[in-house]
Amino acid sequence: MTQLPSHTDKKLGLAIDLDTCVGCQACVTACKGWNDQSHGLSDQDPYGAEPSGAFLNRVHSYQVEPEAGAAQIINFPRSCLHCEDAPCVPVCPTGASYKRVEDGIVLVNEDACIGCGLCAWACPYGARELDQAAGVMKKCTLCVDRIYNENLPEEDREPACVRTCPTGARHFGDFADPDSAVSRLVAARGGYDLMPDLKTRPTNKYLPPRKKDRPQEASVLAPLLDIKATGLAGWLDKVLGKI
Amino acid sequence: MNAPVINTSPAVSDEIRKTTCYMCACRCGINVHLTSGKVSYIEGNRDHPVNKGVLCAKGASGIMQVTAPSRLRNPLKRVGPRGSGAFEEISWDEALDLAVSWMKPLRETAPEKLAFFTGRDQSQSFTGWWAQAFGTPNYAAHGGFCSVNMAAGGIYTIGGAFWEFGQPDWERTKLFVLFGVAEDHDSNPIKIGLGKLKERGARVIGVNPIRTGYNAIADDWYGITPGTDGLLILSLIHCLLQAGKVDLDYLARWTNAPLLVNGAEGPEKGLILKNAESQPFVIDRRTGQPAPWDGKGVEPDLGATWQGHRTVFQHMAERYLSDTYAPETVAARCGIPAPRIRALAAELADVAFNQAIEITQSWTDFRGDHHETMPGRPVSFHAMRGISAHSNGFQTARALHLLQIVLGTVETPGGYRLKPPYPKPVEAHPTPHFVTAPGKPLSGPHLGYVRGPEQLALKEDGTPARIDKAFTWENPFSAHGLMHMLIPNAHAGDPYRIDTLFLYMANMAWNSSMNTAKVMEMLTDKDASGAYVIPRIIYSDAYASEMVAYADLILPDTTYLERHDCISLLDRPISEPDAAGDSIRWPVTEPDRNVRGFQSVLLDLGARLGLAPMVKEDGSPRYKDYADYIQNHIRRPGVGPLIGFRGADGSKEGRGEANPDQIAAYIANGGFYQAHVPAEGLFYKPWNIAYQDWAVKTSFFESPQPYLFSIWSEPMRKFQLAAEGHGAIQPPDHLRARLRQAMDPLPTWYPPFGDEEAAGWGYPVHALTQRPMDMYHSWGSQNAWLRQIRGKNFLYVPTRIWQANGFKDGDYARVSSPNGGITVPVAHMAALNENTVWTWNAIGKRKGAWALDDRAPEANEGFLLNHLISELLPEKGDGLRYSNSDPVTGQAAWFDLRVRIENVGPKPHAEPDFPPIPRVVPKGKARANKARTEKDRA
Repeated sequence: MTQLPSHTDKKLGLAIDLDTCVGCQACVTACKGWNDQSHGLSDQDPYGAEPSGAFLNRVHSYQVEPEAGAAQIINFPRSCLHCEDAPCVPVCPTGASYKRVEDGIVLVNEDACIGCGLCAWACPYGARELDQAAGVMKKCTLCVDRIYNENLPEEDREPACVRTCPTGARHFGDFADPDSAVSRLVAARGGYDLMPDLKTRPTNKYLPPRKKDRPQEASVLAPLLDIKATGLAGWLDKVLGKI
Repeated sequence: MNAPVINTSPAVSDEIRKTTCYMCACRCGINVHLTSGKVSYIEGNRDHPVNKGVLCAKGASGIMQVTAPSRLRNPLKRVGPRGSGAFEEISWDEALDLAVSWMKPLRETAPEKLAFFTGRDQSQSFTGWWAQAFGTPNYAAHGGFCSVNMAAGGIYTIGGAFWEFGQPDWERTKLFVLFGVAEDHDSNPIKIGLGKLKERGARVIGVNPIRTGYNAIADDWYGITPGTDGLLILSLIHCLLQAGKVDLDYLARWTNAPLLVNGAEGPEKGLILKNAESQPFVIDRRTGQPAPWDGKGVEPDLGATWQGHRTVFQHMAERYLSDTYAPETVAARCGIPAPRIRALAAELADVAFNQAIEITQSWTDFRGDHHETMPGRPVSFHAMRGISAHSNGFQTARALHLLQIVLGTVETPGGYRLKPPYPKPVEAHPTPHFVTAPGKPLSGPHLGYVRGPEQLALKEDGTPARIDKAFTWENPFSAHGLMHMLIPNAHAGDPYRIDTLFLYMANMAWNSSMNTAKVMEMLTDKDASGAYVIPRIIYSDAYASEMVAYADLILPDTTYLERHDCISLLDRPISEPDAAGDSIRWPVTEPDRNVRGFQSVLLDLGARLGLAPMVKEDGSPRYKDYADYIQNHIRRPGVGPLIGFRGADGSKEGRGEANPDQIAAYIANGGFYQAHVPAEGLFYKPWNIAYQDWAVKTSFFESPQPYLFSIWSEPMRKFQLAAEGHGAIQPPDHLRARLRQAMDPLPTWYPPFGDEEAAGWGYPVHALTQRPMDMYHSWGSQNAWLRQIRGKNFLYVPTRIWQANGFKDGDYARVSSPNGGITVPVAHMAALNENTVWTWNAIGKRKGAWALDDRAPEANEGFLLNHLISELLPEKGDGLRYSNSDPVTGQAAWFDLRVRIENVGPKPHAEPDFPPIPRVVPKGKARANKARTEKDRA
């Protein structure tokens, strides 16, 4: 049994813009690549009938059919939300699952993890995956081995998914600081918590898609004149008189 | 708390090497991390002009491509029947000697009997040069089955096209309209651009039957019926003209709108009227008299009529003001209500004319007129294969450029910007070269831009000079060749028989061919004597694709991380509107097997064949390898494959003698080079003397090449005149009507070929493919990570068809076309044109290929639409073979497909279910382990 900290100095997390995400999966493989080389994310049957592997970040596409207007597709990246009341932490029988006091990142101590899967069961977001080869739970670390890494140039000290996102739909920062870029972005765009009724208090926020599709009564162009009556010559006179 | 101490500053890698990605054709810059000599991580290069640090799903998965079990190991020689998979491993010397023993006699007797075509290739200026030295006219890359309509439509209209050749002004545009794009093309730059627009709150509109990807984030979506984009665009032009919302000043100054069209009956009717000096002219509003088209201070009269000859502008207005293009006329066909079309036109007009912008930057045009500012109309467009892979695609591409022109957006701030070496008029391109002689090189490049019938690639007897029938009356402007007709024509011996088919990186036995099953038969078919109809096939690829089994000789290529390449201004560069750019690949890791970069192999082959530019006077090889060629080849005095670090000391840009340390300089610079356009030359480039002078200095031209945009295309009119019976070079009678329609000098729209017939025969539904942003053609399925993201494809079915057929999840559909049938899994999709079905391209694989398990989903549930598409149109009873292609350029009309759908309930796998192709590499098992060890975690 592990306790959640009552307070964290920072609340590091992501603001993910659903208005901008095109579902390209760039963040998925950048995450896989970085974390595979740093602590391993195994794949099973990679060239076989049912390939599967551990990914710390996945993108799903959902279809929305509004009551009025055309159907829409929403691309939805999903990874650990680093909740303030993370249900995956207190449920851990060995204390392997924990939330850092200094920055609020939720991590797994793989040396202590027994792969029982309780945390994955407790997480309502499906954000934890059991690495079948390692037998331990893997999850988004918010690239804790990048964001403070003095071996990286300063501009690269951000999660791999943020660094690679081609549309700039992923933003990293400290939500404890109301003046941080991510806090301001969330305020400006009406960023929201995923499934707030579960009271997990996620750190990550989603920025909603902007309203789409103009109503039919949009303005139209007024004809210059009655072309049928004037013919091309009349139209030319009218148009070219304006030069 | 039981937080362990963790190392938040682990070592990242031993070394970073900067090169160019090739997980698709975008050519992003990558940082390849190496640990203990092995590739350990790949990320985007922040300094690189293409991707500015970001990288797509494919690029970040490149590490899995290098370790893919599908990689070939050794040169292979076929020892059993073709297609049996019986090969023996041979040495490179044996392989090259064998190739020489086949090719040398051809060169000495009939060079055209070698056909050399390259697929997904970025070294066309090199491979074309090789084929030219060999002397065969039968060379092209894959553009004919890709997007030549966009390229040629753009070049014949505005002297440049999309992607490599131009892009929206992402920094300034306020309204961006995206037509029928292929989401894997220019993918990171478009994504970066879309991100910028979203950040600024600029408006994005998607025109596409399918609302995925970029269209999913568009602020508005027009779910158009496939093949009708041109009609919609011309209707928008109708609305703009009707309201007088066209940029008259722009049209008068920068386009051929004020030129006069010869109205006199006879052989020059419809050509641009010329004066005694053979120059076109305008009527000056100040005098009402003829004046030079390029005269200083001249004010061209768009509405002029002179001696009965009317301006292009008059012809254009008359054409598009007609009710033929009224929204109410086109709405049903386009699947878009008339008020929505009018609303879109109003949006375009509002942004172009009410929200115009201006940059304070003086400049001087080619007439000598000085301008204090650069005004701009911040509306921009992008389009790719979606609108162009139709038999009306060339005219549709022209229509889209005309829409940009009437809005005054091309090469203005906020609009559409060309990238060096473009803008470039048709006149600055070569014409096709095709005349062969035993033992001799071709007199010039194969591919070019035809200006009139006299440049067609026809033999003296009027038959096609090329095996793919490019540059013939069937498709006069086939600037990229017709790779999709290569195998069918070679098999049919139409127009003649060839001996050796030499292919590079083109999966023609599977997803890159129409009519796939038939093509496999053609590749293995024998004549009465028991000999193969296509006698010899040489193939180079890095991977065990479906094509490998059908070759007689395999030349195994390296991956992109193990080779030199050059992304050249002579070819398909990485320029931006503000800068010319080129780049290299270099071996950031060495291959662990007996494979060689294809370009180096080609140079070796050329030297063994004794091709003049590849051997020294003493007969020894001129170039050690491709890297040597990249640095030392001189295409014309001072000009080589790369523009950066030229000259003996590396100080020259654009022009300069070869630099033996050029590649080292590129590596030190991150793998690329940029030459920046001066501020005065950044916009209005076709007419801007500062740009033109810079382009000459940087080696794109030998003299300034200002020109007018071609609203009225004179080269097209010349073909129409021929079809009308004028001129010495005449088309065959059966093509006259088609040429009159297709070669209309003003952008036009006609239904895709066979469209109405197919609907009448009971094939009412349009069927399309798209490529996902996380897969590139067939390459992704061998990648352990990417195939986990998209290892299956479904036929996506719109609500109306889903309900009408009573489909449920898990059902399969029988999908039939005039060419055949397939049985495939379905999925419902509401965000889709109601008369269109679609699937992801090239996910389906043949069992045994790509080192995948026979039970892999790609080889069981996965499928191709290719089986439904014929390379030929249905027979007309005249005994002639008509290719399923655009009649102007020969672009493969993939998206003209019409089908019928029936629910056949759940099935175990898709049909057709081909037997496994024999394996040339063993089935893949586990993937390579992570590069770093557990100790790094401490």
